Amino acid sequence: MNENLFTPFTIPMMLGIPITTLIIMFPTMLFPTPNQLINNRMITIQQWLTKLTSKQLMNTHNPKGQTWSLMFISLFLFITSTNLLGMLPHSFTPTAQLSMNLGMAIPLWAGTVVMGFRNKTKISLAHLLPLGTPTFLIPMLVMIETISLFIQPLALAVRLTANITAGHLLLHLIGSATLALVNISLFTALITFTILTLLTILEFAVTLIQAYVFTLLVSLYLQDNT
Amino acid sequence: MASIVCVFLHSFSVPLKDKKLLEVKLGELPSWILMRDFTPKGIAGAFQRGYYRYYNKYINVKKGSIAGLSMVLAAYMLFNYCRSYKELKHERLRKYH
Repeated sequence: MNENLFTPFTIPMMLGIPITTLIIMFPTMLFPTPNQLINNRMITIQQWLTKLTSKQLMNTHNPKGQTWSLMFISLFLFITSTNLLGMLPHSFTPTAQLSMNLGMAIPLWAGTVVMGFRNKTKISLAHLLPLGTPTFLIPMLVMIETISLFIQPLALAVRLTANITAGHLLLHLIGSATLALVNISLFTALITFTILTLLTILEFAVTLIQAYVFTLLVSLYLQDNT
Repeated sequence: MASIVCVFLHSFSVPLKDKKLLEVKLGELPSWILMRDFTPKGIAGAFQRGYYRYYNKYINVKKGSIAGLSMVLAAYMLFNYCRSYKELKHERLRKYH
């Protein structure tokens, strides 16, 4: 029991070679390229969903911010597909690895911050101090705001990692509890099974992706508009 | 007359390199395998051909169904099961593992 809990999160190896890259590239096979005006059903459904999502995501931005739409949609599709594939039994979820999420969060956040500082230096610096603070509190507040700025990428990465990992772990634990309870008390096992079903529904981690991209979006939004 | 017959007979025999797998005789199998293109470009080409074969048969059709996608997901699940069998075999309900 001790060792089994975390083995789904180890690097997948096949014949001693890590195949993480192959598993990360697998979701690309599920998104074919549309090359006609009217495509097959799979592409049509994906196009419709993508249009819906991109409109929802990008309508709060000015034109300069909307140049990031390709980046955001790719990010959204990648995280959604990787998380959904991780819901299949025995599969490996790359986004449960902190290294990968840091690799996604830090460059994107840094891009938005640097862009804000280059294009609107005064306004970006002004963000470090909320409106209407008493004068004697200013130095401390600037420090606090700087720290909270630098925490943003860490929070983005850790949020995604922790949510996915915790969800998978919970499902494993409650599933094995249900199996163990079947012989002891059927009624408790049924209750546990209901909990499992509810958790599975929760886990359909599309909400988590929403959280990820929206937070990223908020940061870009602040830089560009105000 | 005889020369025309000779030309016909020669056009019936396809060179070994271009034969498909099901047309290769069992004795010729090792040499057929060795003649395949194992360069990276060749392997990429093989994957691309396989992908498009599946895609055009099950997904890129007028009335595709969920079966096209579910077969891929089932194969992915099976692949992951085989990959993690070593750890999974400890979870069997046996008295002695």
